[in-house]
Amino acid sequence: MKQLRVIRLVIIVLVVGIAVFYAFPLDKNINLGLDLQGGSHIVLECIDTPDAPVDSDAVNRVIEIITNRINPEGVKEPVIQRQGERRILVQLPGMDDPQEAESLIGKTALLEFKDDSGQTLLTGAHLKNAKASFDRFGRANVVLEFDEEGARLFEQATMSNVGKVLAITLDGQEISAPVVEEPIPSGEASIVGQFSVEEAQQLALLLRSGALPVEVKILENRSVGPTLGKDSINRGLKAGLVGLLLILVFMVVFYKGFGLIADLSLGICLLLVMGGLAILNATLTLPGIGGIILTIGMAVDANILIFERIKEELKMDKTFRASIEAGFSKAFRTILDANVTTLIAAIALLYFGSGPIRGFAVTLSIGIAVSMFTAIIVTKLILELMGQRFKKNALV
Amino acid sequence: MDIIKNTDIKFVSKRKKFYQISAAIILIGIISLLFQGLNYGIDFAGGTLIQIDFEQNASITDIRDVLEEMNLAGSTIQSLSGNEFVIRTDQTALQQREEILETLENRIGAFEVMKVEMVGPVIGESLKRLAVFAIIFAFIGIILYITVRFEFKYAITSIIALGHDVLIALAILSVLQKEISIPIIAAILTIVGYSLNNTIVIFDRLRENLKLKSRPILEETIDLSINQSLTRTVNTAITTLLPVLALYFFGGTLSDFAFVLLIGIVVGTYSSICMAGPLLLELKKRGKVSFSSVPQADQGKREKKVKNAKKIKNKKKK
Repeated sequence: MKQLRVIRLVIIVLVVGIAVFYAFPLDKNINLGLDLQGGSHIVLECIDTPDAPVDSDAVNRVIEIITNRINPEGVKEPVIQRQGERRILVQLPGMDDPQEAESLIGKTALLEFKDDSGQTLLTGAHLKNAKASFDRFGRANVVLEFDEEGARLFEQATMSNVGKVLAITLDGQEISAPVVEEPIPSGEASIVGQFSVEEAQQLALLLRSGALPVEVKILENRSVGPTLGKDSINRGLKAGLVGLLLILVFMVVFYKGFGLIADLSLGICLLLVMGGLAILNATLTLPGIGGIILTIGMAVDANILIFERIKEELKMDKTFRASIEAGFSKAFRTILDANVTTLIAAIALLYFGSGPIRGFAVTLSIGIAVSMFTAIIVTKLILELMGQRFKKNALV
Repeated sequence: MDIIKNTDIKFVSKRKKFYQISAAIILIGIISLLFQGLNYGIDFAGGTLIQIDFEQNASITDIRDVLEEMNLAGSTIQSLSGNEFVIRTDQTALQQREEILETLENRIGAFEVMKVEMVGPVIGESLKRLAVFAIIFAFIGIILYITVRFEFKYAITSIIALGHDVLIALAILSVLQKEISIPIIAAILTIVGYSLNNTIVIFDRLRENLKLKSRPILEETIDLSINQSLTRTVNTAITTLLPVLALYFFGGTLSDFAFVLLIGIVVGTYSSICMAGPLLLELKKRGKVSFSSVPQADQGKREKKVKNAKKIKNKKKK
């Protein structure tokens, strides 16, 4: 028995040690969701246009273009991934302005080359590349490169518009209005003007971004500014601490010595939840904080079940040790059944949830698993170790 | 310290009263659901939510005036603490959102944009489907688990009690016209888990007590089990209520989420104590009708027959 107890103690210390090692410092090791650190979560869908039907390659190009557009913003760890056939998920942590991301992604859609009557002669779908460069006189310019079909269309366009303006529009807005000097059959053209280097680069960027092969539609945008994120963390902390304090006091008032043990067990439970979050590399969201707070309340439940059982056993005049054994073995199945059913609901949420709600399901699931461990292993061990010191009457 | 000392409350014999109370609340809820329905937030209905914090004093009237001028009279404006406001419109276009923000800034003053949420109708519809799917998934999972660990009648009883809790939660949400958002659905699923937890604890005790005696009287045993678990049920409800109350008061955006959990804890505790046991009795009694005229010695065989007969019945129903 004694040896077993030592082994259990070592296991507990080890588990807690690992949890603490992985979880602390919390602000570095726990991933925060976009709703807590601020940022934008955007889902967009590619839409067919007469010129460019949506196919797999088109979606990939959109992803490329968005990546290209986001990089200069200096966003740390952006996520741009395909979801299903036509959807793209964009997550931009730490965007300062909740509005900005959607403008950045959503506004640019269609690049068109139009003659002076407003007719579209070719679209950005045929534009392969656009980059800022210098001509042989050292002036900044923008070099355009068309694909094969584009080269043909551009040749026709330039041929019939010599001496006239061939406007380049992005979503109907003119971004440049160069005059055609001569027919250009090669598929390579340069826009020359009195650009500064920055202006040339900006125009090239717009052209590249505008070479979107398809239109995109923003289906969902959830953006949180950094102020609200911090505010949410502070509120969550406050609610959590107040709740924790109330429970700690409640348990000591109602269960005295047992209550202290439950409190200790609860503290370990919280450490393990943090460790679990860090080890699983899970993301803590605002609803996730709600999940932890709920866990604080539910974690002591297993302890209450056990204590009530032990109290019943003690009332039957059993010895302290026998009461603990009987109480635990009788409460064990109840704890298991009760927690598994809660876990089923949490797993349903894992399937259903998008980002923040999945965060709730994750913390709740971890909380349930960990609270069972602490109640059945930690509480029991402490009770056994301290058992001799307690007097029966002090507990009940 | 015990709040509840060796209680001996006859829950089963009072069951008609409990049924009436619940039926009354659910009836009000159904009327409310039929006439004013649920107030779906932008998560499900689609639309835009903007949370802004003005640098100087601003009022709902100021904002409403601006929105009315922009022909957005149908929007809702909610005041948070200080000069923080939440504006909801059913529009989703970026251009219009920018117009709103620009006009507000020109007319009222500078502000910080705290949060923007835009959900298109397509996403809303698919979220609705997912929410229903999640609740069905949870119910099926629970029925299976309880059937395996207990028996089918316990599972059915639990599900009725759960349905009761969810209905009452929805009734209250409908009467108060609280906004149904994704976190609210999460809270409802948490209620499902929590309420079940309480019911299971009582059923577990019942199962144990039924094994103790050779021929237990179901009514008495149910009452005994509820009473034996009563301290635990009440104490757990309190320990869960405490942090959720803290969340309700300090949680900011999570307040509504906490509110639904509060309803759930109270209703879930009530249904576990007052509904689950009596409901199980009703179900079990039904299966026992044919026992009365059978000699004791044959009861074992007879039970099997009844069970088989029921199985056939169930199959026929399907």
